[in-house]
Amino acid sequence: MTVVENKPETRTGASVEFRGLRREFGDVKALDGLDLVIEPGELVALLGPSGCGKTTALRVVAGLEQVDSGEVLVDGTDVVGVPANKRDMGMVFQAYSLFPNLTVQDNVAFGLRLRGAGTAERHKRAQELLELVGLATQGKRYPHQLSGGQQQRVALARALAIEPRVLLLDEPLSALDAQVRNQLRDEIRRLQLRVGITTLFVTHDQEEALSIADRVGVMKLGRLEQCDTPAALYARPATAFVAEFVGTMNHLPGTIAGGTEVDVAGHRLKLADPGERADGAAVRVLVRPEAVTLEPAADGPVRITDASFRGAVTRLTAALPDGTTVLADLPSVNAAELQPGASATVGFGTRPVLLATDGS
Amino acid sequence: MTNKWGRWTVLVLFGLYFLVPMAASIEFSLRDVNDTHSFASWSKLLDEPGLFATLGTSLWVAAGTVVLTLLIMVPTVSWVHLRKPKLRRLMEGISLLPLVIPPIVLVNGVLVVFADAPEVINGTPVILVLEYVVLALPFTYRTLDAGLQAIALPTLVEAARSLGAGWSTVLLRVIVPNIRSAVFGAAFLNLALVLGEYTLASILLMDTFPVWTVQTGQSEAGVSVAVSLFSLFVAFMLLFVLSLVAGRRKREHNLAAPIAPASQGPA
Repeated sequence: MTVVENKPETRTGASVEFRGLRREFGDVKALDGLDLVIEPGELVALLGPSGCGKTTALRVVAGLEQVDSGEVLVDGTDVVGVPANKRDMGMVFQAYSLFPNLTVQDNVAFGLRLRGAGTAERHKRAQELLELVGLATQGKRYPHQLSGGQQQRVALARALAIEPRVLLLDEPLSALDAQVRNQLRDEIRRLQLRVGITTLFVTHDQEEALSIADRVGVMKLGRLEQCDTPAALYARPATAFVAEFVGTMNHLPGTIAGGTEVDVAGHRLKLADPGERADGAAVRVLVRPEAVTLEPAADGPVRITDASFRGAVTRLTAALPDGTTVLADLPSVNAAELQPGASATVGFGTRPVLLATDGS
Repeated sequence: MTNKWGRWTVLVLFGLYFLVPMAASIEFSLRDVNDTHSFASWSKLLDEPGLFATLGTSLWVAAGTVVLTLLIMVPTVSWVHLRKPKLRRLMEGISLLPLVIPPIVLVNGVLVVFADAPEVINGTPVILVLEYVVLALPFTYRTLDAGLQAIALPTLVEAARSLGAGWSTVLLRVIVPNIRSAVFGAAFLNLALVLGEYTLASILLMDTFPVWTVQTGQSEAGVSVAVSLFSLFVAFMLLFVLSLVAGRRKREHNLAAPIAPASQGPA
C-alpha cells in the first residue's frame, strides 16, 4: 500500500530487513539471531534442511508467528506486534489454502471485499489477476474442480490481488508433481519480475531456490549461513555446510599437509579456509564432480566403475586406490574412452577446497 | 445375487421393525367403538387444552438451545482445533459427561448453580435452554469436531488472516461456511433432543410439549397413541424443513460449479 515514490517504476516493492530475530519453541531455537536485508523488488529464497527456521522466518514477516526478540523492518518501519490482518502481506501456502466454499473468482476477490471494494471493481480486478495467472476462464469454478497447479495459481492471484507490500511463498510448489512444479516455478518468477514485488520464497529444494531467486539464503539452526547470488553460492560457498547443501559434493579422505594444504590421493590441494588443524590430521575434503578430471591411462591407479550419460556431460563413478568412490562430471566427448572397467589417472582441479563438517 | 437378496432381506426386516409399530399405532388411534374407524381420538386431541401453548414453548426452547449451543460451541471448538489441538481428547471426554451423569443430578446441579438467579431464569423454561445446551454437548461437540477435522483449518484461517480478515470475519466468513453441514447437523441433533426430552422438563415442572404429551396420553388410550404420533410428526416435519434449508444451500453450491466459461458473472 505504501508507494515508494523515489524509486523507478520497475522497483515498486518494499524493502524488508530482519534484525537479530530470535524465536524458541521449548528447547528448539527456530531463529537464533537471524539478520537479512531484502532489497525492494528482490526475490530472495530461504533454503535449508527442515527445522532450520526458514518457515518460521517467513511466518514472522506474515505476522503468523511471534518473535522472542528482534525486529522486522518493512520500508524501515518495525512491524513486529502488528496483527497479521493489518500487515498487507500476500501469502501463498504449500496447499489447501483456497476457501472451498467460494468460487475461484470470489477467492481472488476475498481480500478486496474485506477492503470494502465494490462488486464491479472486485470482479474486474479478480478477472485481471486470473488472466495474469492464465486462468481467465475458470472464475466460476470451485477449488476442488481445479488441479493442484491451478489451485496454486489461484492462491497466487489471491495473494497479489490485495497489492501486498511483500509476497511470501511458503514452499508453494512442494505439493505438485515435477512437470507442473518446474512450469509454475518459472511462471512465479516471470510474474514477480513483472509486478516488481519484493518476494521471500521458502523452500527445501535447492534446484528451485537456485533457479528462481536473485539471492539465496542458506539457513542452518536458525541462522543464515550465507546469502548470495546462486552462482556465487555454488562457486564460492562460505562454509562447508553451504558447500555440502548446495549441489553435489565428493567427500574424499585426505590428510592435512603443511598447514594450508591437504593431501588427497597423492595430490596437494590448497585449503580455502585453513583452520587450526595439525599436520597429518585426517579430514574429508569437498570437491565438486565437475572439478574432478579423469584421463584414460592403461596403468592408472583409478578404476571406472560406472558411466551415466546425461547429454552434454557424462557422470562417471570411479574408485580411488583406497576404495573411495568419487563422482566426476566430464564433457561427454572426453568420456567416450572411460567405460566401466577402464583405468585412469585422476585430478582435482586447482581451486582451493573446503573440508567437510565433522559428523556429516 | 445372494448378496443382493441378503441386502434386501435386511432392508425389509428393518423396514418392518420401524413401520409395523407405526402402522399399528395409526390403526389403533383411528379405532372407534364396535370395530369401526374414525378420527374421534384425533379430534379430541386437537381440543385438548395446552397443545399449541406447550408446542410453542418447546419450539422457542429448541430455538434458544440451538442458537446458544452454536454461539458457544462453534468458536470454542474452532479455538481448540486452532490453538490447543492437544486438548481435543480432554474436550471430548468432558463433552461426554452429560451422557453418564443421571438427569436428576444434572437438574439439581443446575438448580444449585442458578439458585440465586433472577426469576426469569429460574421460574421459566429459560432454565431448560441452559440444561439442554449441556445435555446436547456430546452430540454438538462430536459433530463440530468432525466438521472441523475435515477441513484444512489452520491454513484457511492463516490465509484469511493474511488477506486482512479479523477474527470475527474468519469465524463467520471462513470457518462457519466451510463446516456448514456440521453446523446443521448439530442443530438437527439439538432440535430432536429438545422435542423429545421429558425427564428434565418434568422434574422442573415445565410445561413443554413432551410433558404435555405424556399428561394428555394418560387420560385415554386412543388419545395417548394419537398424541405420540402427533409429536413424532411434529419432530419429523421440523427436521424435514431444516434439511430442506440445508439441502437447498448445498444444491446451489453445486449447481453454480459446472458453468465453466466465465464472462462477467452476476453478483
